Amino acid sequence: MASEKENWSSRLGVILAVAGSAVGLGNFLRFPGQVAEFGGGAFMIAYFLAFVLIGLPVCWVEWTMGRAGGRFGYNSAPGIFGAITKMMGARFLGVVAFVVPVCIYMYYVVIEAWCLAYAVNYLRGVMDFQRPEEASNFFGSLVGIEKDGSAFLVDFEHVTVYFLAVFLLNFILIYRGISKGIEWFCRYAMPTLVIVALIILVRVLTLGTPDAEHPDRNIDTGLGFMWNPSKVFLEERAAGEDGAYLTDDSGAPLWDEAGRKEVVAAASVEKARALAAANPETYRIVKKTVAQQLKNPDLWLAAAGQIFFTLSVGFGVIITYSSYLRRRDDVVLSSLAASSANEFCEVGIGGLISIPAGVAFFGVTSLAAMGLGTFGVGFTVLPMVFAEMPAGMFFGFAFFFLLFLAAVTSSLSMLQPGIAYLEDSLRINRRQSISILGFVTAIGGILVIYFSAGLRLLDTLDFWVTNLLMVVLAFIQVVLFGWVIGTKKGLVEAHKGSAIRIPRFFAFVIKFVTPTALLVIFGSWVYSSVLGYGAAGSTPTVSAKVKDLFIEPSAVSWIAVLMIVLLFLFGILNVPRKTELRQTIQKVEEKGEGL
Amino acid sequence: MTVGGWLVMLFSVGSVTALFLWCLWKVLTTKNETERIHGFEGEPEDFRQDRKDSLR
Repeated sequence: MASEKENWSSRLGVILAVAGSAVGLGNFLRFPGQVAEFGGGAFMIAYFLAFVLIGLPVCWVEWTMGRAGGRFGYNSAPGIFGAITKMMGARFLGVVAFVVPVCIYMYYVVIEAWCLAYAVNYLRGVMDFQRPEEASNFFGSLVGIEKDGSAFLVDFEHVTVYFLAVFLLNFILIYRGISKGIEWFCRYAMPTLVIVALIILVRVLTLGTPDAEHPDRNIDTGLGFMWNPSKVFLEERAAGEDGAYLTDDSGAPLWDEAGRKEVVAAASVEKARALAAANPETYRIVKKTVAQQLKNPDLWLAAAGQIFFTLSVGFGVIITYSSYLRRRDDVVLSSLAASSANEFCEVGIGGLISIPAGVAFFGVTSLAAMGLGTFGVGFTVLPMVFAEMPAGMFFGFAFFFLLFLAAVTSSLSMLQPGIAYLEDSLRINRRQSISILGFVTAIGGILVIYFSAGLRLLDTLDFWVTNLLMVVLAFIQVVLFGWVIGTKKGLVEAHKGSAIRIPRFFAFVIKFVTPTALLVIFGSWVYSSVLGYGAAGSTPTVSAKVKDLFIEPSAVSWIAVLMIVLLFLFGILNVPRKTELRQTIQKVEEKGEGL
Repeated sequence: MTVGGWLVMLFSVGSVTALFLWCLWKVLTTKNETERIHGFEGEPEDFRQDRKDSLR
């Protein structure tokens, strides 16, 4: 009996370790920010479709390709792609998998520093905010949201000192060895984080209406904002500088679509309808159905980007880690278990905390217009929840400290593909690789902290890497797997050592549906948000990030793009050599261990 | 929240919870699975070797 118990506890420990290694900032901080930006139920529909038709298939593809590539002695995508496809050109495609994690690390480490800063300030007892504005001001001052360089102050309430501490900690951990520490964290601290988050969730769902002066700001409205499939907006007539209402060439009234306000609560909707009915010249009610919302390519791209970010697919991380696996290690259930743990934490816990609480404290309009960047919502909203909780300071500290630890494990995994690439391509040892990568990412991190106004550099890097490069990498991988290696051969490789089989219809999905979905999402985004063409009846809108580059050029946005381009150049110039790769393929195939 | 909102929420939260629980059950009930399942938890082999070399 005792040994059976021990066996179960050890089994549970293993699965917690798998789940813990996958959970990170994306679940609790990035996801709520994305939902707040793209608003609710329609985003969730796109998100789930992206999970099933893109996320899971690409996840299985990456684990399988990585494990197969490891047999050739390569641990980074350029070598792995070249070895398993035997196409020398595929080495260059693999460079994307070097650029993505390095770029993300540069800003991820800064957000990690925010988490540590929050934990420390909870310990100092300075986070007991009474009004929502105090929480957003603290966050703004910590990260320097008002002005570039304003976070470069060495004190407890600015991010610089935490960044230095976190950056050093990460490199010491990865330099000296981390295995035991990470296993400990994943087995014990991660479940604790989930328990703390569940307690916070209970508090959020019982918040009711925190401010009696704003009855429309309540949890029911917050849940509605998050999950309602259809949206209702109150729109005002567009007015010129002189205050006169604007019309188009045909004399039809122009409406201020950018400034429209979403109304969620039934009472607010009734009030808005009454206002529009009484002043039809000034106001109108616009209802957006799910189908209309789903026509927005930005929403699909963001949903796919969030799936990539949270599952770490199209990231370069999985392919590197799985390259260290043994031939008969299970890749199918490993990836599904990690993905499902991630989704549970993200949708079941993370999404139910920050957004409903954000609406309850700030209101729908303010939350949507906060301009806090993708990651900022959680940092502003959660302190208000803690302020409303018994032992709130303790829970605030525990939550942000555990989140910080979760972020440390994730950021260490992000360094691994870069280290493996430098080892594979430059044939240098691990410590030399770490030193080079440390230098490059330190410059990137410092730039992210310095260009802090509106968090523009961080958001721009996140946008281009997550929405563009990760989609491109996922497309490359799924095409190599489905069309170059072949789905049949690929799935045979995936099933080696696997406890479950990938359902048959996924062969069709991997070969046709996933690449088509990625192409359609990406193509329609380029058509609409980059080129500015609109579908019939819709208003074409160029994405804000594209505007920042070409229409109203911003130096900071161009710095972000330059950082990405420089990494690409470095990667392309140092791909593993053709002759060496060919010899390796030959040796492995002679041993009968090829794909 | 509207009825549609409740349905989207219950389906979303329910499906991810069910999938997670199924994975837990599968890992816990499959023989030797814990020896073959992995996350990003491990220390890569090359580093372990590198560390051993540096300790010698």
